[in-house]
Amino acid sequence: MADSIVPRTRTADVPDGRSSAFAGVLIGVAIMAAVDEIVFHQLLAWHHFYDRSTPSVALLSDGLLHAAEVIALVGGFFWFADLRRRRALSDRLAWGGFLLGAGGFQLFDGLIDHKVLRLHQIRYGVHLVPYDVVWNVAGSVLLLAGVAVVWWSRSRQPGDGPR
Amino acid sequence: MTAAPSGPPGWFGPPAFADGGHGSGGPGPLPVADAGPGADGAGWFGATPFAHGGHGVDGSGWLPLVPVALLAGSYLLAAVRDPRGWDCRRTAAWLGGSALLAVAVGPLAQLPDDPRGHMAQHLLLGMLAPLGLVLGAPVTLLLRVAPPPVRRVVGRLLRARLLHLIAHPVAAALLSTGGLTLVLLTPLYAAAERNSVLHHALHLHYVAAGYLFAWTLAGPDPAPRRPGQAVRVGALLGAAAGHAVLAKYLYANAGTLPPGLTDRDPAAFQSAAQLMYYGGDLAELLLAVALFATWYNRPARPHPPHPPTHPPTRPPRLIKKFASPGNGSVTRTS
Repeated sequence: MADSIVPRTRTADVPDGRSSAFAGVLIGVAIMAAVDEIVFHQLLAWHHFYDRSTPSVALLSDGLLHAAEVIALVGGFFWFADLRRRRALSDRLAWGGFLLGAGGFQLFDGLIDHKVLRLHQIRYGVHLVPYDVVWNVAGSVLLLAGVAVVWWSRSRQPGDGPR
Repeated sequence: MTAAPSGPPGWFGPPAFADGGHGSGGPGPLPVADAGPGADGAGWFGATPFAHGGHGVDGSGWLPLVPVALLAGSYLLAAVRDPRGWDCRRTAAWLGGSALLAVAVGPLAQLPDDPRGHMAQHLLLGMLAPLGLVLGAPVTLLLRVAPPPVRRVVGRLLRARLLHLIAHPVAAALLSTGGLTLVLLTPLYAAAERNSVLHHALHLHYVAAGYLFAWTLAGPDPAPRRPGQAVRVGALLGAAAGHAVLAKYLYANAGTLPPGLTDRDPAAFQSAAQLMYYGGDLAELLLAVALFATWYNRPARPHPPHPPTHPPTRPPRLIKKFASPGNGSVTRTS
């Protein structure tokens, strides 16, 4: 991730689609992670700060992911600002990347963190299946929307108008 | 200050912080040992704990404020003497950092011994205050106002091999987060509770390591051989992840860690660990903003000719020189 933050090319007035999409992905991942942290951990207190049963490897991955989210948020926004400043931002690809990142993170959190690593569950003391279904379906919808937006804007030729 | 004989008889004095006011996920499934009779809703950073007199009323506990005042005063003196005029924002950053240092070694140190108070001290001394100090660019200021012999000494120091070694982002992360790990996972913590010299030495280490880390990541001061953006982001990631893992590990093992304590309150250590986790997030966020802002404001940004008919606004020679594709991160180092 760290490598990709630094733009390699410094051309301008030509939308840098790849960079726009990656900046969008970073922001999407970070925003979804922030929503997860603020809404579900802090406001609703559905998630737990720490499960007693969390194995140490999950603890490590959680720490890395958590640290990476903050960096992705800040780095993504600065990258976005830099692309805008250089007039190299492709709005549609950035939005597509944002949706991809948000949906991908939601799905990753729902499948890997909750189910595979069993870091924590969505809520405790309730029947989990409906929560898991809603969580993962919402993530899939976001992800598919992102794929559609990216595919749609990539299929447009640069001469078709503003991208 | 921690080993003051006039202190409260128990190692853990009366709860100066409210246990119920921290608004986070809470201690979770663990039994809350003692809700704390003094739960006044002050939260972690509430102002009311400062009102607790603690045990340092004899005045000697305020001694660490003297070097902080010296730091702030000498910087101000240098800033007004700068012939070219010194940026007020740098002065504000330095004074802000000094104020955080003062809060950590002054009022917070007067509190009765409490892991949460120690954790707040660590957060301020090791992470938040150093960032303010680093953004004050004291070395640049010194190079501007000092006489030539002093400048030569500073230049020699900046070229020292040892400095390049410990000021590498990875080394600085190890010194800062690694040092904290060492303190919290070994009997060093318990020893510092008893020995005030060790206690102050650890605080000095927190400040120095935190300063080194913030400087090597994002400092405006000259930093010879500062590695590129990728290494610095990686070091920040590693340090922040290590800090978060350590915080949760302490939370999970609050009954036995830090080792060597005779009288402990696991609930207090758990809320201290949560404070460490979220405080670490805040510090990471601020460091990341400083780091990426440095990248964003990188000098000699190639300004491409926007309308093709206009001449480039900057000489193309600069574009060639600074926009080498191999090293996209141009730092303003020597």
